[in-house]
Formats: sequence, C-alpha cells, structure tokens
Amino acid sequence: MKTKLKLKEKLFSGNLGFTLFSIVIGFVVGAIVLLIAGFNPLEAYSVMISGVFSRPKYISWTIIYATPIIITGLSVAFAFRTGLFNIGAEGQYIIGSLVATAIGYFLKLPPVIHFIFVFITAALAAGLWGAIAGYLKAKFGVHEVIATIMLNWIALYLNNYFVMLEGFKRPQSETSYEIQNTASITILENWKYSDVGREWLSNYPILKDILAAPVNLGFLIAILLAILVWYILNKTTLGYELRAVGFNRHAAEYGGINVEKSMVISMFIAGALAGIAGALQVTGVTKSVAILAAMEGYGFDGIAVSLIGSNTAFGSIFSGLLFGMLKYGGPKIQPFLRAPSEVVNIVIGTIVFFVAIPKFIRMLGSLMNKKRGEKNVG
Amino acid sequence: MDGRNFKEKVVEMKNITKMFGDFKANDNINLTVHKGEVHALLGENGAGKTTLMNVLYGLYQPTSGEIYIKGKKVNVENPNVAIENGIGMVHQHFMLVEPFTVAENIILGMETTKGIGVLDRDKAIEDVEKLSEQYGLYVDPNAKIQDITVGMQQRVEILKALYRGADILILDEPTAVLTPQEIEDLIKIIKNLTNEGKTVIIITHKLKEIKQVADYCTIIRRGKYIDTVKVSETTEEELASKMVGREVSFKVDKEERETGDTVLKIDNLVVRDNRNIKAVDGLSLEVKSGEILGIAGVDGNGQSELIEAITGLREVESGKVYFNSKDITNKTPREIIDSGISTIPEDRQKRGLVLEFTIAENTVLENYDREPFSRKGILNENKIKEYAKDLIKKFDVRPNNEKIKAKALSGGNQQKVIIAREVSNDPDLLIAAQPTRGLDVGAIEFVHKSLVEQRDKNKAVLLVSLELDEVLNVSDRIAVIYEGKIVDIIDAEEADEKTLGLLMAGRGGKRNEN
Repeated sequence: MKTKLKLKEKLFSGNLGFTLFSIVIGFVVGAIVLLIAGFNPLEAYSVMISGVFSRPKYISWTIIYATPIIITGLSVAFAFRTGLFNIGAEGQYIIGSLVATAIGYFLKLPPVIHFIFVFITAALAAGLWGAIAGYLKAKFGVHEVIATIMLNWIALYLNNYFVMLEGFKRPQSETSYEIQNTASITILENWKYSDVGREWLSNYPILKDILAAPVNLGFLIAILLAILVWYILNKTTLGYELRAVGFNRHAAEYGGINVEKSMVISMFIAGALAGIAGALQVTGVTKSVAILAAMEGYGFDGIAVSLIGSNTAFGSIFSGLLFGMLKYGGPKIQPFLRAPSEVVNIVIGTIVFFVAIPKFIRMLGSLMNKKRGEKNVG
Repeated sequence: MDGRNFKEKVVEMKNITKMFGDFKANDNINLTVHKGEVHALLGENGAGKTTLMNVLYGLYQPTSGEIYIKGKKVNVENPNVAIENGIGMVHQHFMLVEPFTVAENIILGMETTKGIGVLDRDKAIEDVEKLSEQYGLYVDPNAKIQDITVGMQQRVEILKALYRGADILILDEPTAVLTPQEIEDLIKIIKNLTNEGKTVIIITHKLKEIKQVADYCTIIRRGKYIDTVKVSETTEEELASKMVGREVSFKVDKEERETGDTVLKIDNLVVRDNRNIKAVDGLSLEVKSGEILGIAGVDGNGQSELIEAITGLREVESGKVYFNSKDITNKTPREIIDSGISTIPEDRQKRGLVLEFTIAENTVLENYDREPFSRKGILNENKIKEYAKDLIKKFDVRPNNEKIKAKALSGGNQQKVIIAREVSNDPDLLIAAQPTRGLDVGAIEFVHKSLVEQRDKNKAVLLVSLELDEVLNVSDRIAVIYEGKIVDIIDAEEADEKTLGLLMAGRGGKRNEN
C-alpha cells in the first residue's frame, strides 16, 4: 500500500516523470492499435527508430522537422506563462513566412544582412499580428482564444491573396517566387551542389549524408531563442511583470503593473516567436510560400509541444525533438510494412494524446481552480 | 445538558501523523468526538486543523494512525468511504456549480429519476424543502447559486452533506466568510443539528464562537495535540494561550499622542461599483499624521470602492482625493504608491500576493523595477533575496525560507509578508483594509502592533474593518460609513458598540440629513 502510494506520488509529483510515463503509455496504446490493424508493433517501432537514427541524413531531417515546432512551442509556452492561451501561433507563423518570403524575394541586400533584415521584419509583422489579439483582450475583453482562431483564418486567406499576386506568384505554379540566396540560412547550399563541393564531399560520406538534407541554422537559432525566452521570463523586470499578470492580474494591478500593456507585449512576443518559426522555415527549407488549402499545423503542433514541455523554454526543445521524430520517422512504417498511412497517424495521434491530455486536464483543473478562487474572494 | 449525554463515541482518531515530505502537518494527534456534541478544533493558521479533518474525510491518507467511526475501525481511502460512514464536510471554499439551482446542487450525483433517466425535478425540490424545514436551514430551492448570498451557499453545502446521509458534519472555518448576522443564524443551525442527534466538528480560530457554540474543544499547536477541554469550564484567555503557546493580550497598547497635519483629504467623492451604482456617494474625510482613523460599517456600504478609488484601482467619478496637499485623484496605482501611500489590501490572496510567486518575488511587487532590485530591466536576484531574508527575519515569517511560494504559507504568514512589504516602503499613509480577516489571535496582535507602530512614527493610518471590536480597539477616531457616506466621526474614547451599531445601521448621526 505504502510503496504503491510512493510510486504514484513520485510519478504525479514530478512533471518530468509524469511526461515520460505518458509517452510510454502512448507508445503502448499505439502498439495495441497496430496489433488490431494486423501489424507487428515491435517491427513497426524498430522501423521508426531506425528511420530516425540509422543514417546521419535522417537525423538531419528529424532536426529540420523539429525546428519550426520547437519555436511555435516557445511561442505558446511564453504566452501561457503569462496567462494567455495563444492558439494563434498558426496564423502568426503564416504571417512570418509570408513576410519573410516577400522581403527575401523583393529586396536585394548583401548576404547575412539580408537574412537579418528578413528575420526582423518577419518577427515584427507576426508580433503585431499577435498583438492584435492582445490589444483586443486588453481593451475590449475579447478572449484571446477566439481572437487568435479568427486571426488564423484571416492570415491564411491573406497569404493566399498575396501569393496569387502577379509579380510574386511564380508562373504555372501555386507558389511564390523563391527568396534570394542572400537571405538563405541553408548551410553550404550552393557549394554542396557545385562540382567542387560534390567532389570534396564524396570523400566524406558522413558529411555528405548530413548535408543531403537542407541543413540550416534554424535549429541553432531555436536554441538561442529558448535561452532568450527563459532569460526574459525569469531574469528581467519585463518577465517579472508578465508572469505576475499571468498568475494574478489583480495583484499585479495593485502592485502598479500596467496589466493591459503587459497583455499586448506578451502577445507581441509570442507572435514574433511564431513568426520567426515561419521565417526560418522559409529561409532554411522551403524558400517560398505556397497557396494554402488548409492550415499546415505548425502552430497547432506548437500547442502540443508546449504542453508536453510543461510550458517551459527548454522543455519545448525536447518535446519538439520528440515530435519531430514522430513526424519524420512515423510515416516510414508505411513503405516498409505496407501499413496504411492512417495507421501511422493513429499511432502518432495516440502518443500525442496520452502525453498531452493529462497535462491538458491538469491545466484545465488549475485554470478552473483559479476561476473558482476568484469567485470566492470576489 | 439539553438531553445530550456525550457517551457514545462517534469519531476516534488515534495517533494520527501526516507528513508532507519532511514536514509533519499532524504529529501523533488524538481526537475523540461524541454523538450529539459540537466539537471545536482550535489552532493557529497552519497548525494542522484542516489537514486532520481532510484525513478524516479521506482527502489525505495518514502516514500513520487509526480512525474509528462509530466504534468500527475504518480505512478512509477516499471521501466516498467517509460519506458511506456518515461523514460530511463543508469546505472553506464551497464546491458548488454556480449556474445550477440550489436543489440541483444538493441532489447532484444522487439524482432521482422518473424511470427512463429523466430528472425528477419536483421530487428533488420536495426533498430539499423537507430537509431544509427539518433543520431550520432556510434556502430557496429554485434560486441559482450565483444569485444567492454566501450565507445561503453555506446552507446549501450543509444540506448537500445531510442529503447524503451525513450525521457527522465537519465545518471548515464556517464563519470566515459570513456577516455577523449570518454567523448568528449559523450558530442557531448548529444547535438545531445537534438537537436532532447530529454531531458537528467545527474548525475555527475564533474564540468567541467557540464559547458560543461548542461543547468541547481540542487544541492543536504546530501539528501537535495540546489539550481537549470542556468549553463551559474554560475562558477565552485560557484557550488563546493554549493555542498560541504564550499569554496573549486582547488589548491594544497605545499611548496618547498629538496629531499633526492632514495627510489624506477626501472631498465629496463619488465612485461607482461594478454594477454602476454609486457605492461612494459624496464622501468627505480627513486623516491626520499620527492618528489611526478607523472606518466602521456593515459590509457593502462602499468601503471597498473607497479604498480602490484612493489607491487608483477604480475610477473616481467626481470629487477629489488630496494626499499631502497634492491632488492624486485618478492617478495610476504606480503613481499613488510612489507618492507615499501603501495599502494592506482587503483580499490578500486576490490583490495582495501573487500566490505562485516566491516570498522573495512578492516582497518586491511594487519596486521590482527599481534599484537595487533591478538595473536596466535585469533583475538582481541576490539583492531581492537579501531583502526578502531581511524582511522574513524582521517580521518573523514562517517558514523562514524566501524561496517557497506564497501559496504555501498560512494566512497569517501571508499577511506578514504583505505588511512587511507595505511598511518597508515607509509610507506617509498606510491603508489597512480588513487587515486581520481570517487571522488567529497571535497574528491579529501582530497586525495591530504594526499599525500602532506606524502611528507612533507620526504616520497616518486609515483602517477599514468589518470587525467592530477591532475598530474600537485600534482607532483614535472612528468614522462610520453608511451607504457611501460618512455619517459621523467619533473619538474612539467616547465610542461604544451600541452607538456605533446604530450609526452603522443608518440610524442616528448628525450628518445624516445632508
């Protein structure tokens, strides 16, 4: 009885333990689903694992998959730590990638400077996009969940409108023109396809394999951003204000903090982060934006990433990587086992479900407690 | 004693120990309660009263110890086991579904249906009415929880427990949220319940109420069992010293002193409340340095709105607030704090503290953005830590660890953190709104001493309290507020409970006409 309790306490007290436990359960249920569908789960999982780790190229791809959702995860986590639920990372991401492509294509600037300019303008634009929701909440009490969901759709159609414009749309395609090379952050992009590069790389097969994927600086920037988010939240007066407002806006107000301004700033930073995710994806991987029939899901994945990472900056890196592995390695069981892609998605979905749902329930519980507390005291 | 003989033991808790990590919340506590008695559980905030009752109710598992209910050893694994054994608990914070009606809340989880799963609403209302009549617990079964008073919500909670067949009722700090009139009603209800053969365990730190209602009283201090006494054979002073572990003075010691210049001047102030009704309606008032001005009044006569208006949290519609002869009407909270006004807010958990912040973070809530606590937007954690440690030591905050979150502190210690922060700003005016609400005698003594200290440093203190005793004991002058106006100002020396009571009810008072 006692040991049972202890185990329970340990698992549920530590966030990390709780998360790891959920991941394991997710994989177990995923295995059951595979079994029911008539596939050997051990085989499927070993395919997934080798699909992520067996070649340097695969690892490169996993990191490339993980990069944008780590950053959108940071965006959601930042907003959440300041008491806001940013469902709008998706739309902010779209705005960021659209502006990055436009600035990257139309402007002619020297290398590095061009990228920095793209980076800053995309962050600013998406930050303002996020700040709209913050302003609506601060001034008119519009709930940020509602506002950001609607802004997501506005962003999507805005994107489609601009991509269709003549001079921006590449003829006979559904995409825009590609950005200038000066704005790219893909590592050794031209060199690796040049004759010299090919020849040199053929002597270094591992390096060649790594560079076979569009390896770029995005991941490093993601880690720097995580450090920055952690630093802002915990070490600066701005972070102190934003967290105070997030935890208890009444006490913050009483302490002389401008609550409305804090909400706008918080949503601006969250939006800027999601926009940076979009900008890095454009400058590092896609080079252009396409007409979107539906949401791509980078922002929504960010919500799950943030939840799994306990809404912390560094948690988002690890959960983003886990997510990247599932997204990249998961579909590989299709060609190997002839498992339909739906089964793959069920497996991914189950894992995410089990990791995220208990957190979500906990979060909901704490939010409700907070509400009830406010009612009681007010 | 009115036919109750207290022979049959209904609850026996033996050698209960409950650890939270290394912290012993309950240390080998014994408690015996007899059928039909009102048993008070007395202790300071954080003494472990609620923990003990949560163990009895199955919300916590004891680390060691045994529980017997009606002579039978019971392993109370969860509240369902407690309910099956006839135990009901009314928590300090109510667990009600706000948009549901009273009747719906009471039957929740035990609904009777008409055959195919259709809720039998009439039956529910009938059941509730029957119960409410039997115990004199007046409620309106059709009213929604969000529309009824706190007192009625509490009665709903009690009915909920009774509906589930409880004959042992645990009430956790039941009077903390009630008005004096509601407290009287509750005491009547408790007497009705015991007359009907129910047993009541009441968690409290209010000695007056114990004397009024309880038969026996078990005292707990810092998690340890101290004594069980028969209430009729003891005095409030004895109970207090057992609870705190030292002699406690109920009187506030202060010497006569001269008042100085006017520090705060309020002129014909009008402020609207959340419902857009004039809560403060042409109020004028002056507070001088070196005095404590107490505002007495029944809750809801504009006290909260007045303070919010002075401190910049609520808009002033008309009228002026002058502080040290400067107009501070409708300035921002930050400007007002910086001009030299500190406030001990009425609701320490809502306004006073960020509960998720550490003690250290809370001590700089008003000056985190200033040197030495930060420079150019970067917090100086060492300076904040040193400052917090210093305050913790000076104000004897327990536990003395600046890294723990404010929510982990008892109410009294939370209040100490707030007072430490506010007094350390060295304000010219200290506003104290209900500064001792929910505190035990030891902490109350401390708060009162702090207020008098400010006065003796020739500062102005504005005290707003619903506790008449407090206003009478601490103030130099007493202003009575009624319907948003000051109806009279009396020297505390000349005031008595009766005159004030009449003024508070809107009767008498020389300024009443205008």
